[in-house]
Amino acid sequence: MEDFWAVTLSGLQMWIFLIVTFIMVPAMFGFSLGISEAYMTVLIKTLEWATLKMQTDKTDERKLHESASNGLIQREDGSMEKEFEEIRRSRPKPPVGGDFTLSDSFYFCRRGIESIVEDEVTQRFSSEELVSWNLLTRTNTDFQHISARLTLVHGLGVFIRYCILAPLRILLAAIGLSWLVIGTSAVGLLPNWRIKNWLSEWVHVMCYRICARGLSATIRYHNRENLPKKGGICVANHTTPFDIVILCNDACYAMVGQVHGGLMGVVQRAMVRSCPHVWFERAEMKDRHLVTKRLKDHVTDKTKLPILIFPEGTCINNTSVMMFKKGSFEIGATIYPVAIKYDPKFGDAFWNSSKFSLVSYLLRMITSWALVCNVWYLPAMHQQEGEDAVQFANRVKSAIAHQGGLVDLQWDGGLKRAKVKDSFKEEQQKQYSYMVVGDDSSNSD
Amino acid sequence: MGSSSSREDNIPNSRELMLETGFSYSHLLRLHERFEFLDKDQRGHLRPQDFAELKQLAVNPIGDRIIGAFFSPGQETVDFPAFVRFLAHFRPTDIRDQTQPEPINSSTRKLKLAFQLYDQDRDGEISRAELLQVLHAMMGTEVTEEQLESIAERAIQEADLDRDDTISFDEFRKSLEKVNIDQKMSIRFRR
Repeated sequence: MEDFWAVTLSGLQMWIFLIVTFIMVPAMFGFSLGISEAYMTVLIKTLEWATLKMQTDKTDERKLHESASNGLIQREDGSMEKEFEEIRRSRPKPPVGGDFTLSDSFYFCRRGIESIVEDEVTQRFSSEELVSWNLLTRTNTDFQHISARLTLVHGLGVFIRYCILAPLRILLAAIGLSWLVIGTSAVGLLPNWRIKNWLSEWVHVMCYRICARGLSATIRYHNRENLPKKGGICVANHTTPFDIVILCNDACYAMVGQVHGGLMGVVQRAMVRSCPHVWFERAEMKDRHLVTKRLKDHVTDKTKLPILIFPEGTCINNTSVMMFKKGSFEIGATIYPVAIKYDPKFGDAFWNSSKFSLVSYLLRMITSWALVCNVWYLPAMHQQEGEDAVQFANRVKSAIAHQGGLVDLQWDGGLKRAKVKDSFKEEQQKQYSYMVVGDDSSNSD
Repeated sequence: MGSSSSREDNIPNSRELMLETGFSYSHLLRLHERFEFLDKDQRGHLRPQDFAELKQLAVNPIGDRIIGAFFSPGQETVDFPAFVRFLAHFRPTDIRDQTQPEPINSSTRKLKLAFQLYDQDRDGEISRAELLQVLHAMMGTEVTEEQLESIAERAIQEADLDRDDTISFDEFRKSLEKVNIDQKMSIRFRR
């Protein structure tokens, strides 16, 4: 019996030693041993084989699932103007009584039916459909027994993910977080020498690197010459809480957020000791002026790190970018846009907060294969003359959507929870009225 | 980790529905998913409130009329076959449908549905008041009352052939002779 415990103990020691050398040390010093690359190559090969296996078996069920990769209906790309122009062109405009035909309602009827069958907003809040299968049952809803070998590989995959990868990742996350708390508190004790900032940045980046290894994250950074500088605001599209880990692997940012209790609170307080972040009390968040003022103060101090903000306000499924809230664009600082695009082949990073709680989401992430994403740094943008905050926000949003290959939508991310504003309906009414009666001046007598 | 029960069981009478509406099986499946998505409380039928949840429909000027058209007079719920039959009106007409006596998505049936959007009290005639209501919905407060009335006046004058100050279904159809109904009242379902 004692032998058993002795063996287990030494095994555990060996295990921890391995982790420290192969994962933590490279993370601390920022070089790579090539283990992740090897892992990814093996993974890709296996997934390709699995997809091929599935494709050779032509069952109706599978075909049905694959055809669901696009929407159910094909929408007309034409705008309201194009639609009505055709009718208008075929007859002369009547002198009085507006340019109305009984068939005008058809346009609205059709749009209404389209939105009943499929609407753009809901589509963005369900996970992206995959064409190939990545050996995770959660992405293949009608898992059928196709071949013994495939099932075996899938079973092996489950074992590896739950029994080997998951505990390893939990351990890494624990190490990373505790190191963050200890490291930042230690740095916080130092007096304000120049070296303090350097040390603080090093500690932060190291911890995020450990966390990234914990997720088997492969991140490719593009255009690093546009890295956000001090005194600016970095904005990015939001898909998952791990966006922070992804971005902080490369540079150091000041976080913005609410003060939490519990473990999060401990982490927050520790982080603030070594370099200034902006944490708000719950009551303070309601006061928009106070929030804007504090952010402004942080930004004007050129020695402080750039602030990281996600203007969408909520997690979107990474196929599109939704409306940016204008708050961060009113501060008048330089905006550094960043586009993040995840590769869904290895695991869906999107957090559907209405479907999964944080804990079950974390569990899913820990048992995914890997997290692969691309990060593009875009050139800095400033608010231009005569441009209001909303227009500026939309301009930044378009740039991010364009770079990341995401669809640029005007819908508000908060729509998934809140009631819709009447202004959208008024927009349509305005457009249509213009077409029927033209300028007010010509018909107003 | 295993599969759910066979898909065929989920949709009762799928064969009849396919014949009647012209939807393929994969379309029926997707529509059934959509139906279940809209039916948040899992009742097995939809009520007007379930449609009102859709944001894009809520901003449509005639959104509430479209919802109303789903429900037959006196009915307060829509079950899956009725849901599909209504949506079938919007399938594009194609050659295959010509063999059936009166397919659901014929031009006449499409027109009848459009007529219903105007004729809310279902008396078979679009009165001036009903026309004004639709114009109101589509244009909101962007136009004055006088403008609205002159628009309605002209529309009725053009379409009302028997001079009874209302537009019947035949007059409606006649005035829209030149319009490509099939194109305007169809949505393309992908394979």
